[in-house]
Amino acid sequence: MQIRSPAFKANVSAALADERLQKALEFTRPAFPSRRAAAVADLPEFEQLRDIGRDIKNHTLANLDFYLEIYAANVERAGGIVHWCSTADEARAAVLAICEKAGARTVTKGKSMISEELGINAHLEAHGITPVETDLGEYILQIRNEGPSHIIAPAFHLNRNDWEESFRKVHTDLPADRVFNERRDILTEARTRLREKFLAADVGITGANFLIAETGSSVIVTNEGNGDLTQTLPRVHIALASIEKLVPTLEDATSLLRLLARSATGQDFSVYTTFSTGARRSEDLDGPGEYHVVLIDNGRSGMIGTEFQEMLRCIRCAACMNHCPVYFTVGGHSYGWVYPGPMGSVLTPSLIGVDQAGHLPNASTFCGKCESVCPVKIPLPKLMRHWREHEFERHLSPSAVRTNLAIWAWFAMRPQLYRIATRIGARVLGWLGRKKGRLSSLPLAGGWTAGRDLPTPEGDTFFARYARLQREGKL
Amino acid sequence: MTPPSPAPRVALFVTCLVDLHRPSVGFAAIKLLEDAGCRVEVPLAQTCCGQPAYNAGDRSTARDLARGLLDAFGGYDYVVVPSGSCGGMLRAHMPHLFDDDPNTRARADALAGRTYELVSFLTDVMGVTTLDATCAATATYHDSCAGLRELGIKAQPRALLASVAGLTLSEMADAEVCCGFGGTFCVKYPDISTRMVADKTKDIAKTGAGLLLAGDMGCLLNMAGRLQREGSTVQVRHVAEVLAGMTGDLPPIGEARR
Ligand code: SF4
Repeated sequence: MQIRSPAFKANVSAALADERLQKALEFTRPAFPSRRAAAVADLPEFEQLRDIGRDIKNHTLANLDFYLEIYAANVERAGGIVHWCSTADEARAAVLAICEKAGARTVTKGKSMISEELGINAHLEAHGITPVETDLGEYILQIRNEGPSHIIAPAFHLNRNDWEESFRKVHTDLPADRVFNERRDILTEARTRLREKFLAADVGITGANFLIAETGSSVIVTNEGNGDLTQTLPRVHIALASIEKLVPTLEDATSLLRLLARSATGQDFSVYTTFSTGARRSEDLDGPGEYHVVLIDNGRSGMIGTEFQEMLRCIRCAACMNHCPVYFTVGGHSYGWVYPGPMGSVLTPSLIGVDQAGHLPNASTFCGKCESVCPVKIPLPKLMRHWREHEFERHLSPSAVRTNLAIWAWFAMRPQLYRIATRIGARVLGWLGRKKGRLSSLPLAGGWTAGRDLPTPEGDTFFARYARLQREGKL
Repeated sequence: MTPPSPAPRVALFVTCLVDLHRPSVGFAAIKLLEDAGCRVEVPLAQTCCGQPAYNAGDRSTARDLARGLLDAFGGYDYVVVPSGSCGGMLRAHMPHLFDDDPNTRARADALAGRTYELVSFLTDVMGVTTLDATCAATATYHDSCAGLRELGIKAQPRALLASVAGLTLSEMADAEVCCGFGGTFCVKYPDISTRMVADKTKDIAKTGAGLLLAGDMGCLLNMAGRLQREGSTVQVRHVAEVLAGMTGDLPPIGEARR
């Protein structure tokens, strides 16, 4: 996927000016938090579960090599094949090789963020294989040649007209009088088209929400059932998963599943939760003849043992972005790569470099809402601050910011000089604003005054007044 | 909780924004603390909690400033701050600046444990339940992020405001959503910040309140500036001004003395 994170500011300007997007954001914004709140209120042990979720992931990450080996052995015992890939290139090559070996012409795909990260679709297309996204949102995005703007609701930025327009572009046989007023109309259209694709596909590619070491299973959750058709109908199933998806036991996976849907959509459970273990056995009624797991590192192991290790607990529920006021102001595409919102602001610099994604961890007010809803208690603001520290150390932060900070710090370290400087500042500003108590513009403060007035100080600093009152014996 | 020693010695941490911008909030804090039975002192060696450096990624400056605070605020029973943000910096973050320095870390922990945001100190430590203040207004209260999420300040200001004669509280939708200030965020990403504060002022307007209160100067300056840019007549004040009964002679934030 093309990286547009360095242009974050320009992306934001465009997003703020995009009325269609702003409408979609405004419309969707209240839904996720209220649903999550209701689901959490219904489960008294939810807070305890968050601790359990965090602990499961911490334990796994602390023993990742151990569990990966057990996992891989169990996949193979169940008749599956594990492809270890340390880079995106290796992963793309592995997927292509499996598809080519199967003589695949079309490949159905369940929703998978790691697939976006790897750019699987473009790679397959370049080699003459047609990928077909089967998640409703991803399906429309594929038609439109757009990336997802959200990790679980990839196309929520589109409205009904966008859907109809996109359908008509590719489904050229649609009767002119066909209406797309309801969600159901959209679903029916997609479902009809996709049914043919499901039946024709040679290979099905899904992601994985969890990999279970003790059984060698991969788990996916969906609400549309497309994932099941993707992984059971074709001859070959490929599960794409990054290494941090691992959990030790079935019980661990179910504990995390209890957190996942509640945090994501506010459902108690997703409509479909499917466990895949190996290829079809002789007594099975259905299932793929081959089961492959493409196990991807692509930068994760480099996070282990660093201050960013905690980010690898992420179960991709999207609660952090669903509750993020910045995300709902700028939309997911502004972040410029695969992962948006608070989790993206930590993960993206880890995966593509902070020199590329430096704006992301800075574009946060540290309001802390994300951390308060994260089901595995990832301290997202703290991790974003760590990225700012890296930028500061590497002199990547803007020099004007560094200079201002240095001047301010020099004074702040010298209380007596600081008193004099602040007193002058307070008086000058107070004098400038003496008529109205505020300024509507001020040199060097354009960032502030572009969108709001600047209330001016009362006139003298606290410490000047305090000293005066003390002198006058009034304190 | 019963009040501790009969007249605890309390150091007021004024904060840089109150010092520079709204000294009256510092005097309101002194009055509230003294009325609650504290002996209040204002250590002169204080400047800033170091948050601007800390959040800019400049840990070493933040550490240097924090060391200054450890010296300035040693020896008091409590340190009280009229800001959830600076209070959160001292309580939740500052000790971690010394994770690799056990001696200083111990001093930092001790300071953090004695540090409180003003309003929650009055209610939770001094056991204040009612105040003798009057303010005829319908007010709405914005929960500033750090106070709310780092220090659990939610019920305390509402409890005390309920005792202010003439004041009714009209809650806004999304009172807990960030106003878009975020320290230097508001000037680094002014477009995003402006849109966020404009969302906030919509919620404020819907309450019909004529007075907006909060416990942090940063958020207050941001919201006041936006309300005034929009031509709103809603007045904006730090909650301490109302609790201390100071609204009579002190113009609201961003308005001139008449
Ligand atoms: S960081 Fe936490 S809240 Fe955000 S997607 Fe990951 S698990 Fe969910």
